[in-house]
Amino acid sequence: MVQFVLRSCLLKEGKNMVELKTVKSELVAKERDIVSPGDLLARGLDFLPGSGAYRAGQEIKSKYLGLVKTKDRLVIVVPLSGVYIPKSGDGVIAFIEDMQPTFWITNINSPYDAILQVGEAVSEYVEQGADISVYYDIGEVIYAKVLDVTRGKQVRLTMNDYKAKKLVGGRLLTITPSKVPRVIGKEGSMIEVIRSKTGTMLTVGQNGLVWLKGGYEGLATKAVLMIEKEAHTEGLTDRVTEFLENELAAAGLKPPAAEVKMIKKVRGEENE
Amino acid sequence: MSKIGAPEKLIVNGKRLDGRELKDFRPIVLESGNLKRALGSGLFNFGSTHAIAAVYGPRNLHPKWMQDPSRAVLRCTYTMAPFSTTERSRPGHSRRSTEISKVVKEALSQVIFFEEFPKAVIDIFIEIVQANASTRCAGLNAAAIALADAGIPMRDLVSCCSVGKIDGKIALDMAGLEDNFGDVDIAVATVGGTDKVVLLQLDGILSKEEFFEAIDLAVDGCAKINDMQKKVLVEKYRGEEK
Repeated sequence: MVQFVLRSCLLKEGKNMVELKTVKSELVAKERDIVSPGDLLARGLDFLPGSGAYRAGQEIKSKYLGLVKTKDRLVIVVPLSGVYIPKSGDGVIAFIEDMQPTFWITNINSPYDAILQVGEAVSEYVEQGADISVYYDIGEVIYAKVLDVTRGKQVRLTMNDYKAKKLVGGRLLTITPSKVPRVIGKEGSMIEVIRSKTGTMLTVGQNGLVWLKGGYEGLATKAVLMIEKEAHTEGLTDRVTEFLENELAAAGLKPPAAEVKMIKKVRGEENE
Repeated sequence: MSKIGAPEKLIVNGKRLDGRELKDFRPIVLESGNLKRALGSGLFNFGSTHAIAAVYGPRNLHPKWMQDPSRAVLRCTYTMAPFSTTERSRPGHSRRSTEISKVVKEALSQVIFFEEFPKAVIDIFIEIVQANASTRCAGLNAAAIALADAGIPMRDLVSCCSVGKIDGKIALDMAGLEDNFGDVDIAVATVGGTDKVVLLQLDGILSKEEFFEAIDLAVDGCAKINDMQKKVLVEKYRGEEK
């Protein structure tokens, strides 16, 4: 009994690490396993904790409720929920929320606000004291790139990117940020499926906002929400294709050829 | 010792008043993601003690002076619904709820990786919908489920249960009358089903031997609850997969 109390009091990382030197390295969790915080992923020093995992002495454990991924010696856990934490280079959809003489303050669906400076947003010379609302006004929505993030999580955006634009019309959806890769699919395969079946253009921000415009927006919305709900399952692209085909057939609709043509024209694919 | 309304004995023929053995829990019900508006939520019932927890954040913290530039701040609010007790409890904060909010916050602070969200705040709201002893335990268990459901990085889940002494015997999971008229009530929370204790509140007098017996029982109980918490979190997604 006394031993128990002593053990609880003395259980410190440093003491633990000296004792356990003979642990054999092994991977406990399998690829695509669903794990909860504190679940054992691997033993021994031959494995390394990737994002979503941490080392406790000789063991690697999960930080999140998520899916296990392994990459050589790295053990990663992809969380199934959570907020967006900005990373430099991410494409995000941002709401313009406030304006200062030389920059805009935007909401990027994250605990941290991002700023967009005039120099990063406008290519022409802007006179000092000029009204910058002619470029972007409060309430407008943009697709921008994260320029940099400081350690204190000060975020700067830039419009100096070929994809960056103002988003006009259409509709916006919010999904879990960690599920964005599934909405995009391998090399954009999922976006391509939705585009070809519904004629809807999808712009997906890494921050979990999806902008849909054109074609059968309602149907495309259903598809995106379906992907979010089933993001942790396999064979999703096939199921989304089937779902969209069934829905189109049930409503007696065809993929909107005109819309698809228009999209191709916009993307410069018409002549191919 | 005779108190008004006290039953003559709390253990009759080796069984407790509600028919349980000494080392049995009341029926436990768990749920995750039961509230749609919150980022993460959990429900935990010990018999007729019902607790709901909701987690919001990490989100922007205002006023700004409360921000910590190196780590996130945790705010925990425990409240009891006015209709949760037999006699109406005054809504809002009380001396008791402030204390429980504080100890629950300190227990959960041991497991969250705060440094991943500088300047932000994580809000936890625990609401006791129906109280029949061990409310802080049910609340803490629900909060742990809610935190995991919200995708907040944690070392492990915190699990909590109560032990006590009734009619001179150590028993697990105090219920209604046992809490009111028993000799001792202890709330114990551990991390991840191990013997790392993050909350320990003792009300009453125990001998040294009894104390160790009680703690051992509580640690085992917490380990069982930890398994259930992990199961309910994972099953939610596994069920959909099939």
